[in-house]
Amino acid sequence: MFYHALQIEDERCIGCSRCMKVCPTEAIRINGGKATIQEHRCIDCGKCYEVCPAQSISIKDDDFEMFRRYPHSVALLPAVFIGQFPDEISVSKVYATLRELGFAHVMEVESAAAIYRDVKEKYAREHPDIRPLISSFCPAIVRLIQIKYPSLTENIMPIKVPLDLCAMYALEELLSRGIPREEIGLFYITPCAAKVSAVKAPVGEEKSLIDGVINMNLLYNRVYKHIKDMGKNHQYPPLSRQRLSADAILSTLTNGERRICSAKRSYAIDGIENVMDFLDKLENDEVEGVEFLELRACDQSCAGALLSCDNRFLCGERMYARARKAAERERNGEMPRDREMDKFKDYLVAHSLVDEVEPRSMMVLDPDISKALEKMEKIERMKGHLPQIDCGVCGAPTCEAFATDVVCGQAHLEQCVFYRLHLEAKGKMTLNEGRSNMYAVWGDDRISGEIDV
Amino acid sequence: MHQEYTVIEGDFVNAGKASSSVKKTLKQLNVNPQVVKRVVVALYEAEVNAIAHAYGGKVLVDIDPDKIKMVVADKGPGIPDIAWAMEEGHSTARPEVRDMGFGAGMGLPNMQKNVDKLNVTSEVGVGTTVEMEVNFS
Repeated sequence: MFYHALQIEDERCIGCSRCMKVCPTEAIRINGGKATIQEHRCIDCGKCYEVCPAQSISIKDDDFEMFRRYPHSVALLPAVFIGQFPDEISVSKVYATLRELGFAHVMEVESAAAIYRDVKEKYAREHPDIRPLISSFCPAIVRLIQIKYPSLTENIMPIKVPLDLCAMYALEELLSRGIPREEIGLFYITPCAAKVSAVKAPVGEEKSLIDGVINMNLLYNRVYKHIKDMGKNHQYPPLSRQRLSADAILSTLTNGERRICSAKRSYAIDGIENVMDFLDKLENDEVEGVEFLELRACDQSCAGALLSCDNRFLCGERMYARARKAAERERNGEMPRDREMDKFKDYLVAHSLVDEVEPRSMMVLDPDISKALEKMEKIERMKGHLPQIDCGVCGAPTCEAFATDVVCGQAHLEQCVFYRLHLEAKGKMTLNEGRSNMYAVWGDDRISGEIDV
Repeated sequence: MHQEYTVIEGDFVNAGKASSSVKKTLKQLNVNPQVVKRVVVALYEAEVNAIAHAYGGKVLVDIDPDKIKMVVADKGPGIPDIAWAMEEGHSTARPEVRDMGFGAGMGLPNMQKNVDKLNVTSEVGVGTTVEMEVNFS
């Protein structure tokens, strides 16, 4: 059983197969007129979510009101959340609004960016034999490597991401004030599906410290509405907590990690297709001398996250603008750089490692190699007979994926429309049988009768 | 299971096509990722050799439940002294190929490092055949 956070609601799904065609890991099939996700292949990248015309794909999140059960609720924000708001809504206004909405504490997870960087540098020094080192930052990428590039799992740095480091900090800080654990609720405002999975089913850890996950879109609406409701004259208290450094603000954007890492040769790659292209080359040892890789599933990294409600470039530029201001304050000595978590730094560093990332290949045809070989030969033979136009009418994204499904007993050959026509023409299948086959994949309400235009 | 690929002289754009395809196959067969890596590195090296130093050739791959056999046979100038060429830094590459960054003399040694069995036969003026075997466990 593999956890994934994207779910398709059957009642809403119109079985249009757009999601099936864009899924980079070929995890979606159409069955009975509805899209279904094969859980062992889903990496929660959210490509399907982006293209669904019926809003039938959602992200499993927790009840928004859950945080009220905890006297010490902590909103752990990604910096991209602040980046959603237009210029006139300042950082301190967003923080203050979250308090007015009921959160006892507000923190941006990038507060832990400096510690994350230090821990990665330390890991790189202590493991000179592993190169390139791949950042653990993007959970969709970690899962992509697990299922599709199993030989590269050992290159992923088994290090807690800023979110987890920040959660650890918030917890230690509150516990040190004598607050009991059960009164502390840590809530992550998630910009994407993959981070939900990272919280609910972390890789390399038993359990996350996070108590609940809140959909960033939902919180955006609440905050925006509150600010509108309060009107222009509402007095917001000033920001009490130290602000993020420029490096921290930029860390979730493309190049955010790479620009501050000490590796001699490194690449920052965003967009899942780009990442897959690169990993294919890397796996063949065609890329030499790379020391560090920052890989992000979304175009423009987290500014282009699924639940980023504004345009990725607008959001990105707002974050740059905020970083420029922070950099200026740093230059003027108005803000000590990266000091926020110093109090618990040693503790965080000591607890920053997770278990090694294990491969869990989705590609294996059979655990027994002889059987796998047999299956592969069957697939090759079958492919020769299939039309190779990847029309998707069989309910699988490509002819090859379909052949694999058939050989693995998850589909039958008569689902192929070309093959069906062939059988019908030869008198080996009746038209009605052919139609039933079509209905089995696409549902029986696709065509209502003759079309008269 | 048998697979065949054609390698064309000077077609560096498509270097690695055979090794990529073999890689995908081995992943589907649940071969240990580190073994897959060795196979891919060795085959890629041999493929590039046939593209860079010879006039193209064929890649023949046979996969059994316990091992993979790869034969890269090229038509080309051949290697006069195989033992000499097996040593690091020794290369018979033509100057124009060296200008492209090939011919560092690491090809055959690198193959040797990654496979369990390597056999190179060559006839000057005719071609070179590289046979490699990698055991899966």
